[in-house]
Amino acid sequence: MLSKIVRTVTNEFMLFILVFGFYIIAHGHLTPGGGFQGGAVIVSGVVMLLVAFNSQELKKTLHERVLSIMESTGALIFIALAFAGIGTAFCYNFLVGSPIFGRIPATGPNPGDIWTGGVIPLMNFAVGLKVIAGLSAVVLAMALFSSGEEIEE
Amino acid sequence: MRRITGLIALIVLVGFLVWGVLPPIMHDFGYPDASDMDDYIIQNAQEETGSNNVVTSVVFDYRLLDTLGEATILFTAAMGVLLLLRTEKRRKEGS
Repeated sequence: MLSKIVRTVTNEFMLFILVFGFYIIAHGHLTPGGGFQGGAVIVSGVVMLLVAFNSQELKKTLHERVLSIMESTGALIFIALAFAGIGTAFCYNFLVGSPIFGRIPATGPNPGDIWTGGVIPLMNFAVGLKVIAGLSAVVLAMALFSSGEEIEE
Repeated sequence: MRRITGLIALIVLVGFLVWGVLPPIMHDFGYPDASDMDDYIIQNAQEETGSNNVVTSVVFDYRLLDTLGEATILFTAAMGVLLLLRTEKRRKEGS
């Protein structure tokens, strides 16, 4: 565990990293970025927490079981959305034109609208959830393993 | 013997790579082969998918099957790491 200054600054920065990561995920269909990139941003914040506190301390708040459930939920949403358009074709974007995320922007450069994109924002959300949970679980498991205190037998 | 085999393999590989960039096979530098697909996506992506970010509309709509594989890779990797490096105490045998 690092000094109190580092821990306080990390706690303050974590909020901004979370907001920035969720912004990248939510605006994936308007601005550069998307689920993978925003998830990686948030996981970098988790790694920062892991450096500032140690893995034993972080384990009390981030449970691996919860992370596994989050990752599986993201994968299930992804698959379900891919199968939901199977009336036309697998992976068909069936929400374009519907009231939910269905607006169609003008062709050419324009500022855009958050309610566009069909299933793309929902897919971004699912993939973001998956990347956050999956990579956090991987990093946490590796840190706990290399700390060597949890290895039984 | 292994060195000679490796040398022959290296020469064959270098020859193949050099042959690959000779002018009759490779088209002129800077000129793409065909741009029909690019033109179609650039013209129609906003109208068909409703997404202003054309790159995202390719990744999450036109080529969603590819992204599905990508997500599967991530899922499998995380699952393998969690399986190998699990931190919960293992149950003792026979109880």
